[in-house]
Amino acid sequence: MVELTLHEARARLDTGELTALALTDAFLERMAADESLHCYLTQSADLAREQAAAADERLAAGERGALLGLPIALKDVLSTEGVPTTCGSRILEGYVPPWDGTVVARLRRAGAVFLGKSNTDEFAMGSSTENSAYGPTRNPWDSTRVPGGSSGGSAAAVAADLCLAALGTDTGGSVRQPASFCGVVGLKPTYGRVSRYGLVAFASSLDQIGPLTKDVRDAALLLEAIAGADPLDSTSAPRAVPPYAEALERSELRGLRIGLPSEWFGDGLSSAVRSHVAAAVAQLEALGAELREISLPMTAYSIPIYYILAPAEASANLARYDGVRYGLRAAESPADIFDFIAQNREAGFGAEVKRRIMLGAYALSAGYQEAYYKKAQSARTLLKQEFDQTFEQVDLIAGPTTPSTAFTFGAHANDPLAMYLEDIYTIPVNLAGLPAISVPCGLADGLPVGLQLIAPAWEEERLLGAAYRYEAARGTIKR
Amino acid sequence: MTLSREAVGEIASLARLQLTEEEIDRFGDQLSAILDYFDRLQALDTSGVPPTASVTGLVGVMRVDEVRLSFDQATALANAPAAEDGFFTVPAVLEDE
Repeated sequence: MVELTLHEARARLDTGELTALALTDAFLERMAADESLHCYLTQSADLAREQAAAADERLAAGERGALLGLPIALKDVLSTEGVPTTCGSRILEGYVPPWDGTVVARLRRAGAVFLGKSNTDEFAMGSSTENSAYGPTRNPWDSTRVPGGSSGGSAAAVAADLCLAALGTDTGGSVRQPASFCGVVGLKPTYGRVSRYGLVAFASSLDQIGPLTKDVRDAALLLEAIAGADPLDSTSAPRAVPPYAEALERSELRGLRIGLPSEWFGDGLSSAVRSHVAAAVAQLEALGAELREISLPMTAYSIPIYYILAPAEASANLARYDGVRYGLRAAESPADIFDFIAQNREAGFGAEVKRRIMLGAYALSAGYQEAYYKKAQSARTLLKQEFDQTFEQVDLIAGPTTPSTAFTFGAHANDPLAMYLEDIYTIPVNLAGLPAISVPCGLADGLPVGLQLIAPAWEEERLLGAAYRYEAARGTIKR
Repeated sequence: MTLSREAVGEIASLARLQLTEEEIDRFGDQLSAILDYFDRLQALDTSGVPPTASVTGLVGVMRVDEVRLSFDQATALANAPAAEDGFFTVPAVLEDE
């Protein structure tokens, strides 16, 4: 039963063929052997069984709900009342939030079952989970390879049937890239579609929570449950949330104009990924879509723009970790208050987080702010305009999610820039605030490849519909 | 561009990080390489282009300013590394005059 999708499990719980508690226990039993993959940082077994029992009572009383009684995993950057939330960092080791973020609170009310908190690169900074202070997650398809990141624990947990579905967060590709590497569906909603309240901040103008699921229908169901305006997040949009799952059946690819960015199929794309994505694009055409070659020249600037803006925002957001009110306190005989804070941060943060804080502090410092931060902000405007103009000619954009399939552990050790370049096709989407999805489109030498589809802002319905039709035509991907 | 050890130390100080000697060398090399890569941005003409800080287009979002329950003292202190008599405590860093 652990291999079920959310909607398949839903049907069985509703008919009484299966109970939430039995389903939860099946996952908890599997999770006992999670040491090998290390998808979870915390397993909340007691809470999960309590939630499952409560869901069974609600179901028995005749209540129905999309997620009632369904076991899921939460990325460990989502504030969860009573459950340790570490962000994959030593600086938050043992921190137990006294409050739920908005998305977590919505899922709790909906009766979802929280199996645990999934592994992540420290503060979601990374593309492999190698930056987790608690050790990396392994890719279920090949344990010598990374699951991607930063939501690698969530992606691997879905792929390895260690949960029905999971939530991740995507700042520069952190939902889509691990989804691609692990052969699952990963959806990054439009910036502002989902509340960020209680998502521990990395880069506030880019961060967005999104689902990692076994199929497109599940992504639609989970998005529907978490989306919507929130008075506690002033960047969440006051827009109605369409019934995404229901709309899937009405969707069609016929007549949709799909743009293929020539820059995304050029140098830097591995031949294995290229051939599978080309085959997927041909399938879209066979289903009635009209393909158009487009150009996104600003892609060449997206990595510098992102790696200036995101670290700049991070350097401000992570200033709060000082060892005073919560978190690690390691300082011994500090000379002054600055020394006290610096000692705590030196002991609590890992190398990548320090690098990005330094990069951000530099880009914002007197004398360099114009050349780096302001320059990158203006370049972001041009990049967004390029997408806006492109979407006057096409309805969707299709391309690869990642340049290559999952890489081996240590492949980019000591070369942070090489790791940053892994995000070349996902980062532009965050900078423009658009919704995008990664859908599995085949195996190259036994490793999953992802097709990325991108829609104009707020057009998740169109995005999910196209992904759904493609997925149905593609058929099952066999190991 | 090569960041000097002094420059790396200055950035670390701004960021309230106390780096080891080894970290100063390693981060200096890595940050220099990253900043070199960023130089390609200087080739882009952005004159007269307004900056983008947020893509939502939302401005001046307001909500009702209402009194709501917050954490009680015990809850607020539950994660404190050190607390005493209902306060967060830190090591004394001021000398008696």
